[in-house]
Formats: sequence, C-alpha cells, structure tokens
Amino acid sequence: MAEQVKVEEVSDAMYRLIKDSMGQKKWKATDLTKAVLELFGDRCDKTLAKSAIRELIESGKCIYTYFGGSFIEIPHREGAQN
Amino acid sequence: MAEEKRKTPKLDELEKGAWPSFVKEIKSAAEKNPMANDLLGQLERSYEEKIGHWKHGGIVGVLGYGGGVIGRYSDLPEEFPNVSHFHTIRINQPAGWFYTSDVLRKLCDIWERHGSGLTNMHGSTGDMIFLGTKTDELEPTFSELTELGFDLGGSGSDVRTPSCCCGKARCEWACYDTMALTYFLTMHYQDELHRPAFPYKWKFKMSGCPNDCVASVARADMSIIGTWRDDIQIDKKAVTEYAESGLNIQRDVVGNCPSKCMEWDGKELKIDNKACVKCMHCINAMPKALAPGKDRGACILIGAKAPIVEGALLSSVLVPFIKLEPPYNELIDLVDKIHEVWSENGKNRERVGEFIQRVGMGNFLEAIGVEPVPEMVAHPRENPYVFYEEYFEEDDEGSGEQEEDK
Repeated sequence: MAEQVKVEEVSDAMYRLIKDSMGQKKWKATDLTKAVLELFGDRCDKTLAKSAIRELIESGKCIYTYFGGSFIEIPHREGAQN
Repeated sequence: MAEEKRKTPKLDELEKGAWPSFVKEIKSAAEKNPMANDLLGQLERSYEEKIGHWKHGGIVGVLGYGGGVIGRYSDLPEEFPNVSHFHTIRINQPAGWFYTSDVLRKLCDIWERHGSGLTNMHGSTGDMIFLGTKTDELEPTFSELTELGFDLGGSGSDVRTPSCCCGKARCEWACYDTMALTYFLTMHYQDELHRPAFPYKWKFKMSGCPNDCVASVARADMSIIGTWRDDIQIDKKAVTEYAESGLNIQRDVVGNCPSKCMEWDGKELKIDNKACVKCMHCINAMPKALAPGKDRGACILIGAKAPIVEGALLSSVLVPFIKLEPPYNELIDLVDKIHEVWSENGKNRERVGEFIQRVGMGNFLEAIGVEPVPEMVAHPRENPYVFYEEYFEEDDEGSGEQEEDK
C-alpha cells in the first residue's frame, strides 16, 4: 500500500466537500468516508477516515446535526431557533 | 413563583383516577420552575388544537459528541418563552438500572440547576431522560454529569445506549451475565455511541432468559437473549408440592405448552426437551420446581424495530446458541462484520432489519460470512431464499435436480 496521507489532509478534504455543497447536500459520516476513499485511493483507509471525522468535529470546524438521520455540517444558526 | 399559573382544564382531567399522573408531577415542578409552567401551557394548547407544537432535531449537542442531546424548540416561543428551547438529554444509565439514592439526588440537583427538573426514568431506550433545557445550559450540564461519573447516551444514527435486564444481579434464570455484557459493549463501542457513523440507529438489548424482560425481540437491532441447550432442571419433590397445593398442572402448565413437549400423569412430569422451544411458560408457572438447564448461553437475534420509516419488525434468529463469556471476541467479530456490511450498503434511515429484507437473508448471510441454519427460518413455510450451491454438480445447473446423500 502507498504511503498514507496525513489525517489533517483527509479532514481538510472532507471540510471542502461539506463547504462546497452546503445547502445542496447533507453529508453522513459514511458518505464522507466513501468520498475520501475514492479521492485518495489506497493512501487512505476507513480507520484514517474515521480519525479525520473525529478531528473535524473536535476542532469545532464541523458539528453533528440531526435531521431524520445524523449528518456532519458546518456550524450555523438553525432556523428552528428563530 | 412570580409567573401566573397556566390554566389547564383539559390536562386536569388526566389527574383524575387512581393511576399516577404526569400532569400532577409537572404541576409540582411548575411550583418552582417556569419551564415546567410554560410546558403545561403549551401542552394544554396542543390538547385544545389536537396538534403538536414542538420542532424536533437540529444542531444542538455538546462539543465532540453527535449523540445524547435531542434538540427541541417550541413553535410558539412568544406565548411560551420559557420553553422556546426545550432540549432533551439522554444519560447513559448504569447496567440493570441500579443506583444509590445519593446519586439519584445528585442527578436531580444537577437537573434542577440547569433544566426543567423533569425527568423520565427511564426512556424506552433505557437511558435516563432529562427533559427540557436551553442550548446554553447543555455544556454546563454535561460537565457536572461527567464530574459525577455519568456520560451521555446515544441518539441519532449511532449505537444507542445498550440496555439490559437485571440479569444475574437479581434473577436466578439469567443464562448469561447481562450486566457484564452491557457494560462491555458500552465501553467497547464508545466511539460508535458518541459519533454517529451508521445509516440509522443501532440498538443492543440484553435479556438474561427467554422471558425477555427488556423486550429486546421487539425493539433491538441485535437482541441477545439468554437460553440453554440441555434439559430443563426438574425438582420432582417440588412438582409434587405444586400439585398438592392445588395447581392444575395438566391444565395450567402442560396444556399451555406451545410445543406440547410435556406430559403429566398425575404423579410425574416428563419433558421431551428436544421439542422444547424455551418459551419459559412452565418455568414461570412452577418456579420452585423447574429451572433453565445448566448449559447456558444466549441466542442472538437480529432486525427488530418499531414502526418509524416503515412498519414494525420482530427480530429473528441469527446465532441459535453462543456461550457469552469475556472477552466476547466471537460476538464482536460478528457485530463488526454486520456494521461494515450495513454501513457500506444501507440506505439513509434504513435499519438493519429493513436492510436484510431488501437484500435478502441469503445475501446478507453471505456478506457477513455466516452459514445458514434451519433456526434462521423466521416463519413456517417461509422461503428464506438460501440456496445450497454445494449440493449441485455443475451438470445439474439449470435442471434444479438436487443431488442426494452429500
């Protein structure tokens, strides 16, 4: 297997995917994992993707949301609060 | 309390009668807490209009966690400002729901400081449910709970807080240590419990015997139910005592056996254990005389759910018998395989039972590497769509002729 990419690189890629499709698509953890596995090929695996999601959440760049199912999104003020 | 008490003529009806009333408890909380007072007002409004006024879900939670907090907002915030935010917090209960009264007081004190003071002990998930707080109070509540040694439970598309019956702590029929397994699964799946990564929720429920006191067969994606594979233990002297004390063994025990595996000649009770389906009826009827066998373990069933997106399902057998003892490697290997296949191929909001229905039991078993066995047939005359390919020679393909004696 080729040398793995760094966890920050994977979390950055995930962040870009979420940011670029904000308002059009909601990402589940599994969708993000599949997307980065496709993007990085054999330089990324599921364990690395899992660590990247954790990094993304614990850094505060993204949050978990619940709208029927659980999604990962960029923090925003939700309409329900208004 | 300075605020005027809400008028609740419709809710007042629910205080009448001999049974406990949630209205009475909310009114009691409303004496001290304005959130509880506005909750009464909004609930009365819902009863008048026959419509709910809660908005559910959203982005609220504590840092790092994706589960444990269920966002809830009023759609009438001007009229009921104290419940404009009314989030629910799920707290991971101790296995078997054992507490000291001291810890219960401390939990209630935390909730009176940070929320409505209203609790639900326990929710259908098994967790302690703290009802009603504002977004700003979530982190301080979480902080105090962790200081007391408690963690949040699961919510959303994650492993929900595992729950179990009291097992060997109080029940002689427990066929495995439900509390030990529940604690183990809770700790082993911490990441999956707090960080939703599945197509939808996943529930483990552990029952120590086929009485299934936590109703796992109806509610859990994976039901782990204690059972035995040797003979029911019989104390003949105690059977005689039951007969002498007036129990009609023929009518009330033998006559109610679903597999008709028992005989009673007025003196001796005989059981054809091979035909026994472990329904527990005879053991429940004569607890001093009968007991589960000594070779005990569990049956693992899969796929139950309550109706949400689609209809209700009962779980069906996946592993007829397993010895459940630490370090539980066999169980973990199985669960991890199921999670991998379901996560990879499940649709959004598709429970594992629905997933199995969609792809077929045969394909599911092949994907997780489990051999089909007759116990997996969930209903009489059900076609499980399992084909034993090794029974066919290449030349027979297409003819459908089954080779015998193989």
